[in-house]
Amino acid sequence: MSKYSIFSLVRNAISYHENWAAAWRSPEPKQEYDVLIIGGGGHGLATAYYLAKEHGMTNIAVLEKGWIGGGNTGRNTTIVRSNYLWDESAHLYEKSMKLWEGLSQDLNYNVMFSQRGVYNLGHNLQDMRDIQRRVNANRLNGIDGHVVTPEEIKRAIPEINIDQGCRYPILGASFQPRGGVARHDAVAWGFARGADLRGVDIIQNCEVTAIRQENGAVTGVETTRGSINAKKIGVVVAGHCSVLAEMAGFRMPIESHPLQALVSEPIKPVINTVIMSNAVHGYISQSDKGDLVIGAGIDSYNGYGQRGSFPTIEHTVAAICEMFPIFRRVRMNRQWGGIVDTAPDACPIIGNTSVKGLYFNCGWGTGGFKATPGSGWVFAHNVATGEPHELNRPFALDRFVTGFLIDEHGAAGVAH
Amino acid sequence: MSQRFRTGQGGRIDREQEIEFTFNGKPYTGMIGDTLCSALLANGVHLVGRSWKYHRPRGVVSAGAEEPNALFQLEKGNRTIPNARGTQVELYPDLDASSVNCWPNLDFDLLSVNSWFSRLMPAGFYYKTFMWPKSMWLKYEHFIRKASGLGVAPREPDPDRYEHSHRHCDVLVVGGGVAGLSAALVAARAGARVVVADEQSEFGGLTLASRAQIDGVEAARWIDDAVAELRGMTEVTLLPRSTVFGYHDYNFLTINQRLTDHLPLTERFGGREKLWQVRAHQVVLATGAAERPLIFANNDRPGIMLASAVSTYTNRYAVKPGSRAVVFTNNDSAYQSALDLNAAGVEVTAVVDARSDSTSEIANTVRNSGIEVLNGSVVVDTAGRKHLRSVQVMRLSADGSSVSGNRKSFDCDLLAISGGWSPVVHLNAQSGASPVWDDEAAMFCPGEPTQAQVSAGGANGTLDLPGCLREGAAAGANAANACGLEAKLAVPAAEQVDSEAILPLWALPSPYTRGRGPKAFIDLQNDVGVADIELAVREGFQSVEHVKRYTAMGFGTDQGKLGNINGMGILAQTMGQTIAATGTTTYRPNYTPVSFGAFAGQNLGEHLFDPARKTAMHGWHEENGASFEDVGQWKRPWYYPRKGESLDDAVNRECLAVRESVGILDASTLGKIEVRGPDAARFLEMIYTNNWMKLEIGKGRYGFMLGEDGMVMDDGVTIRIGEDHFLMHTTTGGAAGVLAWMERWLQTEWPEMEVFLTSVTDHWATAAVVGPKSRDVVSSVCDGIDFLAAAFPFMASKTGSIGDIECRVNRISFSGELAYEVNVPANYGRFMWEKLMQAGEPYDITPYGTETMHVLRAEKGYVIVGQDTDGSVTVDDLGLGWALSKTKQDFIGKRSLNRPDTLRKDRKQLVGLLTDDPATVIPEGAQLVNDPQAPLPMPMVGHVSSSYYSACCGHSIAMALVKGGHQRMGETVHAPLANGRVIKATITTPVFYDKEGSKPNA
Repeated sequence: MSKYSIFSLVRNAISYHENWAAAWRSPEPKQEYDVLIIGGGGHGLATAYYLAKEHGMTNIAVLEKGWIGGGNTGRNTTIVRSNYLWDESAHLYEKSMKLWEGLSQDLNYNVMFSQRGVYNLGHNLQDMRDIQRRVNANRLNGIDGHVVTPEEIKRAIPEINIDQGCRYPILGASFQPRGGVARHDAVAWGFARGADLRGVDIIQNCEVTAIRQENGAVTGVETTRGSINAKKIGVVVAGHCSVLAEMAGFRMPIESHPLQALVSEPIKPVINTVIMSNAVHGYISQSDKGDLVIGAGIDSYNGYGQRGSFPTIEHTVAAICEMFPIFRRVRMNRQWGGIVDTAPDACPIIGNTSVKGLYFNCGWGTGGFKATPGSGWVFAHNVATGEPHELNRPFALDRFVTGFLIDEHGAAGVAH
Repeated sequence: MSQRFRTGQGGRIDREQEIEFTFNGKPYTGMIGDTLCSALLANGVHLVGRSWKYHRPRGVVSAGAEEPNALFQLEKGNRTIPNARGTQVELYPDLDASSVNCWPNLDFDLLSVNSWFSRLMPAGFYYKTFMWPKSMWLKYEHFIRKASGLGVAPREPDPDRYEHSHRHCDVLVVGGGVAGLSAALVAARAGARVVVADEQSEFGGLTLASRAQIDGVEAARWIDDAVAELRGMTEVTLLPRSTVFGYHDYNFLTINQRLTDHLPLTERFGGREKLWQVRAHQVVLATGAAERPLIFANNDRPGIMLASAVSTYTNRYAVKPGSRAVVFTNNDSAYQSALDLNAAGVEVTAVVDARSDSTSEIANTVRNSGIEVLNGSVVVDTAGRKHLRSVQVMRLSADGSSVSGNRKSFDCDLLAISGGWSPVVHLNAQSGASPVWDDEAAMFCPGEPTQAQVSAGGANGTLDLPGCLREGAAAGANAANACGLEAKLAVPAAEQVDSEAILPLWALPSPYTRGRGPKAFIDLQNDVGVADIELAVREGFQSVEHVKRYTAMGFGTDQGKLGNINGMGILAQTMGQTIAATGTTTYRPNYTPVSFGAFAGQNLGEHLFDPARKTAMHGWHEENGASFEDVGQWKRPWYYPRKGESLDDAVNRECLAVRESVGILDASTLGKIEVRGPDAARFLEMIYTNNWMKLEIGKGRYGFMLGEDGMVMDDGVTIRIGEDHFLMHTTTGGAAGVLAWMERWLQTEWPEMEVFLTSVTDHWATAAVVGPKSRDVVSSVCDGIDFLAAAFPFMASKTGSIGDIECRVNRISFSGELAYEVNVPANYGRFMWEKLMQAGEPYDITPYGTETMHVLRAEKGYVIVGQDTDGSVTVDDLGLGWALSKTKQDFIGKRSLNRPDTLRKDRKQLVGLLTDDPATVIPEGAQLVNDPQAPLPMPMVGHVSSSYYSACCGHSIAMALVKGGHQRMGETVHAPLANGRVIKATITTPVFYDKEGSKPNA
């Protein structure tokens, strides 16, 4: 497998690109693996990658019921930031941010991580108090960020409307310069290629239909491609973790909701950063292809359909038009939905379960993409050692028993 | 010479109305009835754009929604539109169009150098490079971004208005071609309420370009008659220029109607677009079929056009799309285009038909008209950089896998291509069905509907005119019958034209070594070629979704309408599997792009984005100079600055006035919910943490509501008005959430409880009259109430009147002062307010806003839920454990209070903070640490939730949540600020004023 670079590109151009190897193999599943990762999204593939890279485990299979990266990895608005309020979240997301910062080189796959900054807007006095609090906490946690005024926002984003007479005027924002966006599909593919290089089997079109257990410990899974044995199973299935938990015989404190996003037609660069507003439910950035990428607020009902309700789209677009009146003549090209698993405290669940050898990584709600490398990194540690890493210990499932909740609702709002 | 390529007669243009327009700054003329593209073609303009990646010259390829190339920037300034599809832009006088994504101009585009390097830029090349050095990515990306994107967003706010309309109907007919019109006629004649939506300016669909006959008259005439009949029926709504772009659950469809874009700028009045949201009993999908191109080397040159588009331009727009044409097809339909061209006076050099033989009547008609038909042949390459010059044709082997023989060159400037037809199954798929591959017809047909829906005509894979009419009429009849009406089936008659089977072809055989020849494009907008798909497959991107994402096929503004089916065919071919197994990518809204403005509609601006709630006294506040703050949806007076006063000045004055005499606050915004029913008290026992069963009638009680996690969710005073009747107060921002929360418990958990909840927030206007003189003021205004302290104690509630107006007075206090809240029906709010102001005059009554309210309550250590709590704070953390009933069996959140974490001693607890320097106010949101010298990450022990200068105390005060704070009285914490300053503070009780709490009882 050749290393990707401008040189390999030139070399392969000469041979009409006929000699590129597959980015990952598509092997038949073996009868037994040391570890099975259920879910071939970014988090699952990252877990496999770090298991191989950091823990030397290579007899691993990633089981994906469809095509890798086809769930929320390929449906989100690609925002990356680490400016979370609570220490536990901040440390986890900052770990992820640090991994993002070297990810393209580490994977030898350009995931186009682009640190063009993230603004979180405040629209009322309480928003601004929360922003101050969060930015202060970030700073003392060693995470970059500062509070900016409407005028500073306007200087950075000339198209934004900071008219104080509008319904929810922009009173200020937090700004994290190291935040940004990444190319979501490339993240899945890069991790897949990296894992595959290290011997991990990536098995697509392989749906898990049962989790086998003996004496309170997992022994393997049944799949649409036969049964596979393993003593360790990591479940990383955003949108369907409750389904997998039910197979394992327990319930998750999770609600699954539709979350929608949409893109405009490609236009010349006009938004050079990421702007998020929890108060009016609209998130916007512009992709390298030129599409405005817009995230909506969560749909309030539960469901597994990867489509949401029209009023949510109407409201989000109205919010974007409020913030950017110039976009009313720009057109929406496409809209879609994904399923987000949300925990009561809007934080993920990462760690051991009551079944020996069965580990869950889920509940990332609306904001899992940014955590992809960090989530995989800590989960790999957890699966490899059987014990949580310090960074994911607070996110244990039993926090809903002990009450050790990490409530990001207050500061992070409904969407991350 | 203008409009050199206009034919002498025919077409649906108005030859009387010649109009001027400009393209790339150059003036041209066209006719009313033209599209921008037909007008450009009439002027012989074929080069209209550049492709996204390689900047190759591109021309008009279609006549409809599938157009990937002919995208324009329309107009300038605040009315500019990026990426307008010229095939669907109706020409209007003085239209100003320019090409997108080329520099410095269309003719000479510097970025076409990309074409020379195209071998370095195969699918997904950017994932493999731009990684070194790491720090350069943002620079590389800067140039990538600059090169990307097509048109330019407006720089000025949109001057236009957008509207919404909601509609129920019996039958929604999507598509006003002959199938749709037949359906609409039958359904409407049966009395159904019918909506017909069509994306074009006139109904008729592809048949507008047909020279066939229906019911014995010219098709165009039949269409006019059908539309006239429908227009005459009161229950029928005809929506031209209306694209049904989304099909949601329960037959909910969204339609974008363009109202003014076809008019000259000076004549555009009223809304620009209307978004219809239609809930239909039955849906008839008559969206037609779209022609597919054929994929061969250099198939992207200007002058290469779909055969059906060629017919549309010649017949409907009276334009000759070229001077000398070759037709290239694998099916019968393109033969008609040869005849149409011939009739329009365009020389047709040859029909190249991939099928080894073609014996249908129409093929013979073509032969008989003197046009050479080359069976068993395919076009293998083309020449002509900015306009097609010639095509090269070779023999196709019997099995269709290779080409042989000499390359025969045909000079031509027009190549009409047809690779077969694809039903427009987008809405069927959006509605939840999975399109089904029909191997014989070589097309994806609509899948089994999951909603009350039927596809008819081209949309159903029926390509012949009589079939479309028949299916349309049947669909209309069935839809009407399903609505309980009795429809009479009447099928318009048309001549059956026999046709022979298609020879499906995906990537055509080529004389070039596979993957090494000139590019053969599938997605013209994104420059995705056959080799890109082959590369993707080679690299393991084998799911159709992976191929799409890796190559960007179908990502353009046309969403793959033109090329995707070919792409899937080529993927299947490359993988050696069937197309059925390959499947399609997901069809999602929008069918064609829709202005953001249309989605937002009128729900914008200060008044309609989210209508502001204003109290009955709002006008008074405005007249008296109040500054407002947004609290939830409400506008609340923040403070009332007098001339020259700052916020601090005003608040200090307001605070002192309240403490020393009397102040008045508009408290109408606090949530008010009536809780009634035999189980009302029992219900409150569960909702609140304290006891409610024994509360006396006419008395109020303060209570906390917890979430299931035991954390404080809301608070307020609830008053017992009768045995089964309570009036609950909530926080301003929390009211709607609390009501929904309580309804959820009642409806899902305790359905046996007989309790009814009614939001009455807007029914009452409330003035809080606060301060030592409040009794004097209120008692002089309210009649029928004994205000003596003994008769009307703290936390009591009484009814009386102000003049003829009934009022309720609650003696409650959020300031620690003697205070009364006076409530009247909201319409009398201002009357009450002014009465109170008048009565307060002798005491210099002072209106105050939320800021002063915040300071006054902070002086007393009263919390504001949402400011001093954040969803992670318990009642005990607030030091208010007395509010937790020890005797009640249960209340919401009780169980969580005994969890290990909730019982921790080092939880963040509410304390007061005093700074060394009495004038220093710690900024709200400051984090607190024990050791400000500690390295990062610095351990934090808490944060400041509320902080003010207290004029009454003469020093700053702050409330903070500090780990183990209740046990840390007198200890020091530090607030390290962003500017490097560190403020030292001492932990104290949060009660700074009237620590005995005697004042409210005065």
